[in-house]
Amino acid sequence: MTLLLSVLEQGMIYAIMALGIYITYKILDFPDLTVDGSFPLGAAITAVMISQDKNPLLTLPVSFLCGALVGACTGLIHVKLKVRDLLSGIIMMTALYTVNLRIAGRANLPIYNKTTIFDNDLVRAALPEALMKFRTVLIILLITLAAKYILDWYLRTKSGYILRAVGDNEVIVTAMAVDKGRVKIIGLSIANGLVALSGCVFAQQQRYFDVSFGTGTMVIGLASVIIGTSIFKRITVLRVTSSVIIGSILYKGCVALAIKLGFQSSDLKLITAALFLLILVIGNEHKRRGKADA
Amino acid sequence: MLKLDHVSKYYNVGTVNEMCLFQDFCLEIGEGEFLSVVGSNGSGKTSMLNIICGSIQVDSGKIWLDHQDITHMKEYKRQRRIGRVFQNPAMGTCPELTILENLSIADNKGKPYNLLPGIQKKRVSYYQEQLSQLNLGLEDKLHVKVGSLSGGQRQVLALLMSTMTPIEFLILDEHTAALDPKTAEINMELTNKLVREKKLTTIMVTHNLRYAVEYGDRLLMMHEGQAVLDKKGKEKEQTRVEDVLDIFNAISVESGN
Repeated sequence: MTLLLSVLEQGMIYAIMALGIYITYKILDFPDLTVDGSFPLGAAITAVMISQDKNPLLTLPVSFLCGALVGACTGLIHVKLKVRDLLSGIIMMTALYTVNLRIAGRANLPIYNKTTIFDNDLVRAALPEALMKFRTVLIILLITLAAKYILDWYLRTKSGYILRAVGDNEVIVTAMAVDKGRVKIIGLSIANGLVALSGCVFAQQQRYFDVSFGTGTMVIGLASVIIGTSIFKRITVLRVTSSVIIGSILYKGCVALAIKLGFQSSDLKLITAALFLLILVIGNEHKRRGKADA
Repeated sequence: MLKLDHVSKYYNVGTVNEMCLFQDFCLEIGEGEFLSVVGSNGSGKTSMLNIICGSIQVDSGKIWLDHQDITHMKEYKRQRRIGRVFQNPAMGTCPELTILENLSIADNKGKPYNLLPGIQKKRVSYYQEQLSQLNLGLEDKLHVKVGSLSGGQRQVLALLMSTMTPIEFLILDEHTAALDPKTAEINMELTNKLVREKKLTTIMVTHNLRYAVEYGDRLLMMHEGQAVLDKKGKEKEQTRVEDVLDIFNAISVESGN
C-alpha cells in the first residue's frame, strides 16, 4: 500500500514535468536539457520560501514563473544568438547548477516540520480524518490534473495551435506572418514553467531540496512521454496529456518494481538509463513494424 | 504592384567560388497581373521568389511592394501581404494537425494568435463550403490529419490556405511539379480560378511550358539571372508552346546545358 501510494505520488509529480517535456520534445521537436536545471530550480526556490515560512501556495506560481523565465532564456540563446537547440539547453543547465546552489545557499536544504502544501491548517480542516493518510496523493492529483487541463485548454487556443504548427512545419508559421522564434520561446517558457512547478511539488513531498534532484530529469520525462504516447496511441478517447501522465506513473512503477527486486537505490540511475534504452528500442521496433504493415 | 529595382546578389564573395546570382536585375509586376516564369534549373527563378519573400537578403537594390520599400523588412512580416505555395506539398500544410486545424490557423493570418479558441465554430460551414468546391470530398474529412492526405489533396489545401485571408501577392513555386498530370491539371484550373476571382497579383514559376503559355497575362523566361524573354498582352496570347521551347533549347545549347 505504501509502495503504491509512493509510486502514485511520485509518478504524478513527475507527470507535471513530463507534460513540459511533451511540449518541448513532441510538440516543438526541441531536445531541451534545461529541464535538468529548471526542476531543481523549482525545488530550490520552494525550499527557501518554505524555510522562510512563506505561504506554501505561493511557491506554486513563483516556481512556475521562474521556470518560465529560464525557459525563455534557453529560447533566447537558441533563437537570438543562434546556438544549436541541444547546446542552448546544456548551457542553461550548467548555469542553473550554480544558480540553484546560490538560491538554496547550500547543496541540501531540509524543510522538515514546516508548513507545506501538504501539511497546513487548511488541509487539516478540510480533509476528514480518514482521508488524512491520502492527503499527499490527493493534493498532487489535484495539481497534476489542473496542470493537464490548463495545458489541454491552451493547446486548443490560437496561440496553442501556432505552437503545435511550429514543431510540425516551421515554414507554415512564417507563412502565417508569425515570428517562429517567438513561438519557440513561448513553448520553452511554458515547458520549463511546468518542470519547475513539478520540482516545487517534489521538494515539498520529499521535505528537502538537494542540488542533485535534477540529474536525469530529461531522461525520466522522455521515458514517460514515450511510454505514454506509444502505449496509448490507439486509444483515441484519451488525450495525449492523459497518456503522458499515465506513462509517468507506469515508469515510476517499473523503477519501484526494480528496487523491490533487490536493487539498491544507488543503482537507480543505471536502472533509469537501462529502462529508457529498452523503451526506445521497443518504440523503434513498434515504428518499424507499423511501417512494414503499411 | 511589385518592383525589383536594380537588385544584385552574389554568393561566396571574395572566394574562388564567387557566383553572381543577379546583377542589376529589374522587374515590375503590375497590380492584378498574372506572371508565369520559366527557365532552366539554376536560372534564378526560385532565388527571385526567395528574394521577394525575404528568405534571401539582397546585396544591393530595392524591393517595392505597393510603393512601400520592403527590402529590409523581416521575412515573416512580409508574409502578411504575401501568400506562397511551394513545390513540395508537405511544406504548405501541417501534417500532424487536422484539416480543420490547418484551415483555422490560415484563417487567422494577420490577426494575433492569442488565447481565444483556435477554432471559430461559426467559420466551420464556410470552410466546408470552400472545400466542397474542390470536389475532392475533403469537406467530410475536417477531422482527418493532413499528413494522411495525398500530395494532390495537400497541395490544393495549401493553395486554399495561402489565399484564405486577403493578400496582395501570390507566389506559386512550381506548385504542380510534384503532382500527377491529372491532379496537376485540376490544381492549375483551381489556381487560375482563385487568382481571377480574387484579382491577385501572381507570380508562378513552372517547368511546364504549356501552363506558362496557357495561363497568365505575361510570360517571362529567365536565364543566368536575367530575363531573356518577356511577353505580354497580344504578343503573349499569340505565343505557342513550340516558340517558347525553341528559345529555351537555343539558350540551353548556347550555355552548354
